[in-house]
Amino acid sequence: MILAVASGKGGTGKTTVSVNLAKVFGARVQLLDCDVEEPNCHLFIGGNPCSREVVSIQVPGVDESLCDGCGECGRFCQYHAVVSFGGAPLFFPELCHGCGGCQKVCPRGAIGEKERRIGIVETVEADKVTLIQGSLDVGVPMAPPLIRAVKSRMKHGVTSILDAPPGTSCPVISTLRCSDFVLLVTEPTPFGLHDLRLAVEMVKELGIPFGVVINRVGIGDERVYTFCGEKGIPVLLEIPDDRRIAETYSRGELVVDALPEYGSLFSTLLWNIREVRGKEKGAKRVRSKN
Amino acid sequence: MSGAKIEELVVISGKGGTGKTSLTASFAVLAGNAVLADCDVDAADLHLLLRPVVLERHEFRSGNEAAIRTEECVGCGICREDCRFDAINVVRGANGRPKFTVDPLSCEGCGVCVRFCPVKAVSFPERVCGEWMVSETRCGPMVHARLGLAAENSGKLVAVVRREARRMAEETGGGLIITDGPPGIGCPVISSLTGASQALVVTEPTVSGGHDLERVLALTRHFSVPTAVCVNKWDINPGMTERIEEMAVRAGSRLVGRIRYDGTVTTAQLQELAVVETDAPSTEDIRRVWNNLGLLKDLPTKDEVGDPGHDDVDALVAKKPAEKKQGKKSL
Repeated sequence: MILAVASGKGGTGKTTVSVNLAKVFGARVQLLDCDVEEPNCHLFIGGNPCSREVVSIQVPGVDESLCDGCGECGRFCQYHAVVSFGGAPLFFPELCHGCGGCQKVCPRGAIGEKERRIGIVETVEADKVTLIQGSLDVGVPMAPPLIRAVKSRMKHGVTSILDAPPGTSCPVISTLRCSDFVLLVTEPTPFGLHDLRLAVEMVKELGIPFGVVINRVGIGDERVYTFCGEKGIPVLLEIPDDRRIAETYSRGELVVDALPEYGSLFSTLLWNIREVRGKEKGAKRVRSKN
Repeated sequence: MSGAKIEELVVISGKGGTGKTSLTASFAVLAGNAVLADCDVDAADLHLLLRPVVLERHEFRSGNEAAIRTEECVGCGICREDCRFDAINVVRGANGRPKFTVDPLSCEGCGVCVRFCPVKAVSFPERVCGEWMVSETRCGPMVHARLGLAAENSGKLVAVVRREARRMAEETGGGLIITDGPPGIGCPVISSLTGASQALVVTEPTVSGGHDLERVLALTRHFSVPTAVCVNKWDINPGMTERIEEMAVRAGSRLVGRIRYDGTVTTAQLQELAVVETDAPSTEDIRRVWNNLGLLKDLPTKDEVGDPGHDDVDALVAKKPAEKKQGKKSL
């Protein structure tokens, strides 16, 4: 199973849910930190680093001895990453999506590809948890290729928990694609509700089954519950607003270690996910039979 | 007021949920008539506090999207081979031949399939990626946007929002732009940051907050934007607050104050008010941060409102309704 933990709003507790869930999972589990702009899971997991690889994307490079300055590459590029003023083209690698188009359209075969570093992927073993995390180089704008690199290291057949970046745009989509289930973490505040609505639209568009985790229960109001009730969205876990949880998090400790009374919360969440997924599958079988 | 100096404060955080939007709304109230820009285009929340009245809506079109005309497709599969984004799906069609389609969520609009289709069966229409709006709020004009679901080009939409905010600041002579930025350090953040006169990074005293702050400060240095740092909810972990502040100073940024943990911030949110419009205890901390930013110093309105010392801010806030009316007329 591939389980993604996402949220529209930042700071609702995605990482808290991901790391604690990985810890109580029991069997071998992979934890993928796909928030490559600000990866935080390693702060809570500890363990021993066992590999570190540089990730690069292919960007164009020109052989000036072959280029006749025809400018076809510049006219083709949709991202304005290639500009030609009659001489050899100028490349702007930070705008390049790596589509390979300029290379293909060049009539003289003058454009090749070279590697451009965008970040690193590290693997850490900590007891039964294998953490795979991406870390985007500062100043690199495009996270999706690095997220794809993190996901490509995922072993199939082992359960994976994916900690997604906040929001609803391309880095989140790159993370959620191919997941079996999404947990949307929110809080019972107007910001939390507003961004949950956006996140719900997004996972519906992607067609992935999902449920909600409500964090800091006790603050705000009831509207998040009303929304989930009206839309028939299962609320799979409620985490109380407890200053001790915030303090535990601030020190980089796991809630399930520091506050054992909350250990059962995350086991219950696992159980609830399995139950909801079981129902989904049952419903699908019935639909396909009919 | 053409040629007036424009200052642009961008509020960012690295880590999400540290209080960017709550602070931005309070700054908007304290400034009184700044131009406001919400650049967190995929999860914009500032409008929930400032309740803007939308005056204009504009479609945001950016880039193109491939679409295969099935009836003309001969099923050669060249598009699928060439696509670097795995955006071409193939299924068995009704006639037993393979049927190729474009997954719009994966397509990055590069145009390779359009160019190299041997029978020219791929269309390439413009893509609508969201909308942007110009609005009026109780604290001045606001530019905000909504990125389409799963849409590309958030950085470009941010650039549009900032361009419009700047244009309005120039027109109204408002002088100050306050921008609510997105979390992270990627494309929309870079787009929010480049060329701004000052960045305020809002962080929290947690290991995650410290780690993310380090990366976001490296980013502001990379783009040479002068940076101020404030620690929100500092009393959750005072030791961590000190370590984070030391790190921020070492990284070349300036400290502009601490804000206490304050449960009533949520109460303000429920009332659709900025924190400084309520009697929340953290109001005084927020005012101190605002004063330390020193943004009002060079504004053309300085003579009208006096030097914004600690106590004068109250007078400034009290003056706000009159200023707002003036602003409206000049629109």
